[in-house]
Amino acid sequence: MEYFIELFFSGLTRGSIYALIALGYTMVYGIIGLINFAHGEIYMIGAFTSFIVATVLSIYGFPLLSIVLLAGLAAAVWSASYGFTIERIAYRPLRQAPRLSALISAIGMSIFLQNYVLLAQTSDFQPFPELIPDFDFMEPYAHVVGSSDIVILLTTAVSMIALTLLIKFSRVGKAMRATSQDRTMAMLVGINVNNVISMTFIIGSALAAIGGMLIASHIGQINFFIGFIAGIKAFTAAVLGGIGSIPGAVLGGFVLGLTESFATGYVSSDYEDVFAFSLLVLILIFKPAGLLGREETQKV
Amino acid sequence: MLELRNIRTFYGNIQALKGVSLEIKNGEIITLIGANGAGKSTTLMSICGVAPPRSGEILFRGEPITQMSPDHIVALGVCQVPEGRHIFPQLTVQENLDMGAFLRSDKREIARDLEYVFSLFPILKERRTQHGGTLSGGEQQMLAMSRALMARPQLLLLDEPSMGLAPLIIRQIFEIIKKINEEQDTTIFLVEQNANQALQIAHRGYVIENGAITMSDSAENLLSNPDVQKAYLGI
Repeated sequence: MEYFIELFFSGLTRGSIYALIALGYTMVYGIIGLINFAHGEIYMIGAFTSFIVATVLSIYGFPLLSIVLLAGLAAAVWSASYGFTIERIAYRPLRQAPRLSALISAIGMSIFLQNYVLLAQTSDFQPFPELIPDFDFMEPYAHVVGSSDIVILLTTAVSMIALTLLIKFSRVGKAMRATSQDRTMAMLVGINVNNVISMTFIIGSALAAIGGMLIASHIGQINFFIGFIAGIKAFTAAVLGGIGSIPGAVLGGFVLGLTESFATGYVSSDYEDVFAFSLLVLILIFKPAGLLGREETQKV
Repeated sequence: MLELRNIRTFYGNIQALKGVSLEIKNGEIITLIGANGAGKSTTLMSICGVAPPRSGEILFRGEPITQMSPDHIVALGVCQVPEGRHIFPQLTVQENLDMGAFLRSDKREIARDLEYVFSLFPILKERRTQHGGTLSGGEQQMLAMSRALMARPQLLLLDEPSMGLAPLIIRQIFEIIKKINEEQDTTIFLVEQNANQALQIAHRGYVIENGAITMSDSAENLLSNPDVQKAYLGI
């Protein structure tokens, strides 16, 4: 039973990170119908930014809490500016072009960013400082769940609640929902669609950056390639949950994380991807739109 | 109020408008009639900035709006109810109406306009919490018009409001168009294939063929014009 709980929490932790990244995929897809393949790289850049900021601040002897907050903030802002810029230079000029052109542009951006970080940071794994200490009150439970698991879970939960409130109640959130449902009509009620699209990239990128920092601190090392694998997994999570659906991305992330964790724990870590992708295939056979994806018919 | 001067609009390499000129005066109901594919909807999309013309000029209250972005044009008071209604399907009726007032911040006036559209279309008040996608075609048309009214437009552009609706509902919709024009002093530019109904309520009309205006006259004269009768009125 203890082993089960341990696997369960480790699955939730993984799932949280997948969910944080998957949100960016699903939001961008919902608004402009593009799979932003460079999104995994945004996450990787977030991890590197927090790495650099945290290292510098710890040399100057800042207290741990302020290091975590400043590194997280820097990562979110820096990644958001990358997301914003990528949309402006690589996707916006192709808005009227066939979808395939934008997709290829996205793959190009992904490869470009990987190699740019490779040149700047080499291909070696960098040891990532442990940003989340072991809390004393977690001591009795340490054999099943670590402090950083709890911090990751809480941060993810807070981010998701904030995102949900933003989309449900804020002006920009309403504009995002309207744009994703009918872009032409959104223009006709006076929404500046370009701003909404930029905002979507900014929010999605900031979430991915927070995920990048959290998981890097949890695992303890990063290199230029982490975005590729995490990106593919998070994309899978988004499709699993129903791409374009925000609750779907969260659910898909957790389903995928738990599946991998249990497959690793009860079978073998060699099989985690086999189980994860078999699950994807199975779900898509029976629910082609994903778990929460819906095809609402529209009357004309 | 609105003037189009020789506008030419393209979709890619296909020219949809080949020099359209027309004028709409304050307080008028003007109709644009024409066959499928003649360029009626493109004319409206050009006015709204969604399909900006490649050449020519569009003036609203004497100011050029030709290259303005759609949100700025809406802010000036030009609103469109597009063909096929374009209701936001997963937003509730209330949220659809709120989106109409997206650029406004005068809460009290918005509440008053909400009461006004509910007085025009009481059924929408009953359906407030229902998703837009679940409404019937007629109800969607009412919602689309109400949403546009929530922006308190000075010029309302209506694209085929009668399309796919039962005759009884069409009559109701046209009565309300007339009422909006009279009560709210809203200028109306009505694009219709249902030329007979449109000319009944319009002051003047234009006929568009193959992307160019071929006729322009008062509504009575167009109704009695033998060419118009033959081509658009089925007489």
